[in-house]
Amino acid sequence: MVLLKMKFNQQRRVRLAQGLWLLSWLAVMCGAFIFCLGVYLKTELLRRDEVMENTEIHVVPNILMMVGLASIGTNWVATRVCQDSLDASRFPRWKVLLLAWFVVAALLCCLLLAVVVLSYALQGRLEESLKVGLRNGIRFYKDTDVPGRCFQKETFDRLQMEFRCCGNNNFKDWFEVQWVSGRFLDYTAQEVKDRIRSNVDGRYLLDGVPFSCCNPASPRPCLQYHLTDNRAHFNYDYLSEDLNLYSRGCRQALTDYYMGLMNSTGPGVLSVILIQVSVILSLRYLQTAVEGAMALENPEGDSEGYILEKGVKETFEEVKVKVLTMIKLAQVDPEGVPDEAEAEKAADTATEKAASPTPAS
Amino acid sequence: MLALADFFVAIIETEISIAPRHLVALLPLFPRVKLAQGLWLLSWCATVAGATTFTLGCLLKTELRRRAEVMDNTDIHVVPNTLMIVGLASLGINYFASKICQDALDAGRFPRWKNFLKPYFAVSCFFTVLMLLSVIMSYAMKGSLESSLKAGLRNGIRFYKDTDTPGRCFQKQNIDRLQMEFECCGNNDFRDWFEVQWISNRYLDFGSKEVKDRVKSNVDGRYLVDGVPFSCCNPRSPRPCIQYHLTNNSAHYNYDYLTEELNIYLRGCREALVHYYMGLMNTIGAGVLSIFILQGSVLVSLRFLQTAMEAVAGKENTEIETEGYLLEKGVKDTIMEYLDPVLKFFLLKNGGKVEEGAAADKPAAVP
Repeated sequence: MVLLKMKFNQQRRVRLAQGLWLLSWLAVMCGAFIFCLGVYLKTELLRRDEVMENTEIHVVPNILMMVGLASIGTNWVATRVCQDSLDASRFPRWKVLLLAWFVVAALLCCLLLAVVVLSYALQGRLEESLKVGLRNGIRFYKDTDVPGRCFQKETFDRLQMEFRCCGNNNFKDWFEVQWVSGRFLDYTAQEVKDRIRSNVDGRYLLDGVPFSCCNPASPRPCLQYHLTDNRAHFNYDYLSEDLNLYSRGCRQALTDYYMGLMNSTGPGVLSVILIQVSVILSLRYLQTAVEGAMALENPEGDSEGYILEKGVKETFEEVKVKVLTMIKLAQVDPEGVPDEAEAEKAADTATEKAASPTPAS
Repeated sequence: MLALADFFVAIIETEISIAPRHLVALLPLFPRVKLAQGLWLLSWCATVAGATTFTLGCLLKTELRRRAEVMDNTDIHVVPNTLMIVGLASLGINYFASKICQDALDAGRFPRWKNFLKPYFAVSCFFTVLMLLSVIMSYAMKGSLESSLKAGLRNGIRFYKDTDTPGRCFQKQNIDRLQMEFECCGNNDFRDWFEVQWISNRYLDFGSKEVKDRVKSNVDGRYLVDGVPFSCCNPRSPRPCIQYHLTNNSAHYNYDYLTEELNIYLRGCREALVHYYMGLMNTIGAGVLSIFILQGSVLVSLRFLQTAMEAVAGKENTEIETEGYLLEKGVKDTIMEYLDPVLKFFLLKNGGKVEEGAAADKPAAVP
């Protein structure tokens, strides 16, 4: 039972070849688009590299770039096959290559699907990575004199200003960390001594935030220090004030930004998968139709095109047997004759099946 | 392109007669054909260039409008407006140029352009000169832009605190975002904030002694501080931003007002904005100048082609050598010739039969 059989006369074969040639070039463009998408995503992730602890999320743009390049090559080969398909002398040399082509193209489609799934699945890992990275950024904010960390302050300030966020979860993260460097603290002042003595580690903690947390949309000049003390500022209520600082945490802001980026690429990737699948199917039809026509006495007559010669189940069984045979033949068998005989028998049945034309893989 | 080069070489080699014709060149048939073909291509390039000019004008206009709140007047907008007009006009001019080229070598179709060409050249020269003028203006108007920004920023700083006044409630946000984006503080520099009350009275405790002292310390009863808004803070500073008591060294540990450079932005916003817009206009100006040269060469080549073809018109042997020239009379005479109709139109009240009689003679003299 042949899967999805269709009749092709000469004109239809020619039309199919021409249409497929155009579609393959479109697929080449799509491959280039996927590559550019991967490069863009990678650049965006690298820009905020300092606040990410690990690079696991980079697997998404890496796969996109690889698949983009491979897809350009694969679809270019498809265009060459189309060009040669109507020439009976040039088509046979592609025969061996086509099996490998189908495998590679199917693999590319699977990888693209995997990318779409991964971009949702890795959200948790991204959040974890940002959580740790931002925590470190806040801790090392004051170390502007330590080599390797001296740009943390500037990076973090610009991050908070650009993404309109404050702290890791929210602005209270700044209360738990000493973000004012010891170089700028007057240790003889009573206030400083009180604050340092008030906690176990001897850190200068205050209920204040850096200036980069300030919200320009606030109607009053920014209140940075003594945030929890209502009496320190006129007409101020800590619990009801919501415009003074950015209320969103930077982890939330960055996750939203990256998830938005990856979600917007989702529909593009899905349409590229559709195009690639249609290229695969059309090329399969073209291959079987042309091979059928070449086997006829009159090459310009009608032939049949199909996807699989036998049904799905039978083809699957065949492939399984073939693969097992290859594995068994490849193995050095210490157990002796009965297994050899078995192997021979299996090889015979395999060669019998191989004798009948099985273009299906 | 090669044909045009040969053609210009021919001009240089030929004698330039002083009168009655300017810049004559001998053009046999083959160079005429090449000239027409090359000019056709060139005019399509010039069409694209015209579209580019229009786009550049739109770009500049958008950038100027983004910061419209800190500009006092819109005088500078004449530059992008002119660019947009010239871009659109140039699309039309070059379209007609390509049409004329196509018909130039066809002796049957060329004559229908005869009456059209004189006003066409007048209009084209006008718009080409306008293109050059817009580039000159973009440099000349720097002073106007500066004074507009000076007044606009001064108002912005004065109304910074009026977040409850309708019509001014967004000044604070605009100035804050401006200072953060352009990395600048105040009008000339950060001391502009010392002279203005930028903290609204709603947030001042008039019962406290400090506030009362400050309000009494000046004639207008304003609450002046030696402090700046948070948007003046420089992220590159190694220490947390010092906003208030800037002139008081003892208010902060390890702080010297005179040597501290990284704490807040030292540049004034007027300078930052002028620098930004001048940079933009310089880049655009360079592009427009090259487009001007392109447009000019299209018009000059078209003039040569027209005069060469007109000499052929009516003759039976179309393959003869003809002369092409730029201006039939001297420069002064030609200008007077073109300006006469315009002047007549404006002087219509004063004009009498004398002008009409003179005008009747003119068409006969025109080639």
